[in-house]
Amino acid sequence: MKFDTIIIGGGLSGLVCGIRLVKAGRRCVIVSAGQSALHFSSGSFDLLNALPDGSPVECPLEALGQLALQAPEHPYVKLGVERMKALLAEVPAFFAGAGVAVEGQGVRNHYRMTPLGAWHPTWLTLKDFFCCGSPEGKLPWRKAAIFNIAGFLDFYAEFIAGDLKKRGVECSVHLFNMDALEHLRKNPSEMRSANIARVFEKQENLERLGEILRDEAGDAEVVLLPAVFGLERADALACLRRVANRKVMLLPTLPPSVPGIRTQLQLKKYFQDCGGVYMLGDTVMKAEVEDGHVVRVYSYNHGNIPFVADDVVLATGSFFSQGLIAEPGRVYEPVFGLDVKYPEEREQWFDLNFFNRQAYQSFGVETDGGFRGMRGGKVLDNLYVAGAVLGGFNAVKEGCGGGVSILTALAVAQQIMDKRKIG
Amino acid sequence: MNLQQHNISDNNFEQCIKCTVCTVYCPVAAVNPDFPGPKQAGPDGERLRLKRPDFYDEALKYCINCKRCEVACPSNVRIGDIIQSARIRYAKKKPKVRDILLANTDFVGTLSTPFAPVVNVALGLKPVKAAMDAVLKIDHRRMFPKYAFGTFEGWYKKQASRQAAFSKQVAYFHGCYVNYNNPQLGKDLVKVMNAAGYGVQLLEKEQCCGVALISNGLINQAKKQAQTNMASIRQAVLERKMPVIATSSTCTFTIRDEYPHLLQLENGDVREQVELATRFLYRLLAENKTKLRFRTDKKLKVAYHTPCHMEKLGWSYYTIELLKMIPGVEVQVLDSQCCGIAGTYGFKKENYEVSQQIGSRLFRQIEASGVDFVVSDCETCKWQIEMSTSKKCEHPISVLARMLED
Repeated sequence: MKFDTIIIGGGLSGLVCGIRLVKAGRRCVIVSAGQSALHFSSGSFDLLNALPDGSPVECPLEALGQLALQAPEHPYVKLGVERMKALLAEVPAFFAGAGVAVEGQGVRNHYRMTPLGAWHPTWLTLKDFFCCGSPEGKLPWRKAAIFNIAGFLDFYAEFIAGDLKKRGVECSVHLFNMDALEHLRKNPSEMRSANIARVFEKQENLERLGEILRDEAGDAEVVLLPAVFGLERADALACLRRVANRKVMLLPTLPPSVPGIRTQLQLKKYFQDCGGVYMLGDTVMKAEVEDGHVVRVYSYNHGNIPFVADDVVLATGSFFSQGLIAEPGRVYEPVFGLDVKYPEEREQWFDLNFFNRQAYQSFGVETDGGFRGMRGGKVLDNLYVAGAVLGGFNAVKEGCGGGVSILTALAVAQQIMDKRKIG
Repeated sequence: MNLQQHNISDNNFEQCIKCTVCTVYCPVAAVNPDFPGPKQAGPDGERLRLKRPDFYDEALKYCINCKRCEVACPSNVRIGDIIQSARIRYAKKKPKVRDILLANTDFVGTLSTPFAPVVNVALGLKPVKAAMDAVLKIDHRRMFPKYAFGTFEGWYKKQASRQAAFSKQVAYFHGCYVNYNNPQLGKDLVKVMNAAGYGVQLLEKEQCCGVALISNGLINQAKKQAQTNMASIRQAVLERKMPVIATSSTCTFTIRDEYPHLLQLENGDVREQVELATRFLYRLLAENKTKLRFRTDKKLKVAYHTPCHMEKLGWSYYTIELLKMIPGVEVQVLDSQCCGIAGTYGFKKENYEVSQQIGSRLFRQIEASGVDFVVSDCETCKWQIEMSTSKKCEHPISVLARMLED
């Protein structure tokens, strides 16, 4: 199977890289072993919320100097300030073009609310989500009504109300039920966001909810709902707003994340519409490398029919998606056996206090300055690495997972285009 | 020693990290709340069943074994296999007469083909349908595939000497559907393979792959038939040095993956030599080992539907590429989603509504496509699409055969 570029991994990073390349006319295939971490998305992408020493970051670009001192192998340091700036400017339009509307920019973080009612700094937030410029001070409303589905356990309306009250917003909490939701209640383990969202794909159910909101929200200026809308249809919130006749906004739920699934499906569809080939549920087993050059890649499903391409992108994610595998004695990257940096002493991989910084979360593939993977210190000249499989950053403590995935994917795509003199 | 490697069960349920991704992509859980969903029915339930078998939930029968949970799983857990294995091991309900009739495609086919004109008319009659609905609980709204008057194997006998004349040979696992219902697809396969320079042989003894027996709980019979098939496949591959090709995605998937995973029948020595004809042809063409000449005077617009087991195999790419290769053929790839029939599942009265609801989004997409017809590699998807939409559904090999230059 001949392509210009093979992308291994079909999550946020693989898709962003793939879309950039197919739009420049490259023939791309994405091979993805199962669905991605976007299914747990908060509805926001973080860029940089804190430095490794724990000090909070408000303006990510301004913190890059300090980041370089504290984490010299951080992917952002490899990108450098100028490239970061250029890529950051591209991102909102990139997503809008792919059919995913986002708010925010890289100059200053804004704040989103977690499903447990805490404020969290972030970079980009999907349209229709509730977010604001600061974690403190007045919000633009006097009164908000928070609605949840009776029996839905992945959304904590009372916690959210508690936090909004602290900021001077009067809050009422409402539980609602509808005949159309009744069948989900038969099965407590399937009362999940995605199954609820299917009910609200139907126009009549959306309109019925709109009427409930209209009748029960009283004089609240804004209605807040768990993000269980718009699995496929993009106009769900617009419809609710029209019927309820007021502002309606979303807050994230616990997984699975409906907006995350929608983002994944939309990016995949856009990639395919632009001519990309997306193969789901297949695992790349091995690659043949000749003279520091990846020549052929073999997958489980395709057996003895190899993938052949000029360039290969590794965007397999971290431990969760088995882009990295840890065994008691070693941590390794399973497809190419690329160099992975980690301390030899296993005791240094983790901290017994779960909430402390965990060293293993910064383990990942080592690359040269151009994000090319290495084996035994030798660069593979057509193998690029993007996203969470990279080492040198801690997505949880630094709040930079989304940024690393998106920006390194765009940077890698740009490098491939420059090398092949296209775009 | 790496203890972790020795600590993984056959169906790797302990590798589930409880991420819930599978629940999003289960076509049954989306429409039938009586089904506990793949996570609960699969790895979660397995922990309980290992503790005490009476934790087994009869609602696992609602699983259609589409394997879309496995395709979605980021941890490579064999969720569908866990559910099917649990049904095999723990289900107490015995198959009904209806299930035995639906599952025995070989037996019923053998009885029906000599009387095809009568059987086909009878199966279409309202009183017959009403009686089958009332007595057997086979839904009266379901349309039966027509039986052919004479089998593919019968036709092939007259071809055998012509086929033997080719220097290169493949063995063909035709499946029940080609043999009893659609011999034309088998004839098309012979035509296409001949055009590619290959003669077609039959296996020494072929029986139904057993997929319907497995899903209806007739495991001992499924094992016996699987052993017969494996013996014939081994003889073809190892002794006669012929690869085995098939036209049905489900038969292929069953022989390659369900035999070892569900029937504990090892096939590792020949598994790579059993594949779909479309994959075999794609490889030949990609390696420039053959050329096919197509007519150029015809334009066609088709929509490709990915059957669930094709999605699991990951092979729809070959079919789509072959179709795109034909001059004048425009291919629209439909969203990959279950059509709802799932073999004999959709024939059963208690499943009919669920079956049609699962497929409804696909049917709408097909109706909106404006294509001449739909293309798919699975016979039961074909029945479902033809019954539920205004479009015909053709096998890709039949499209190739039709478009070959004479």
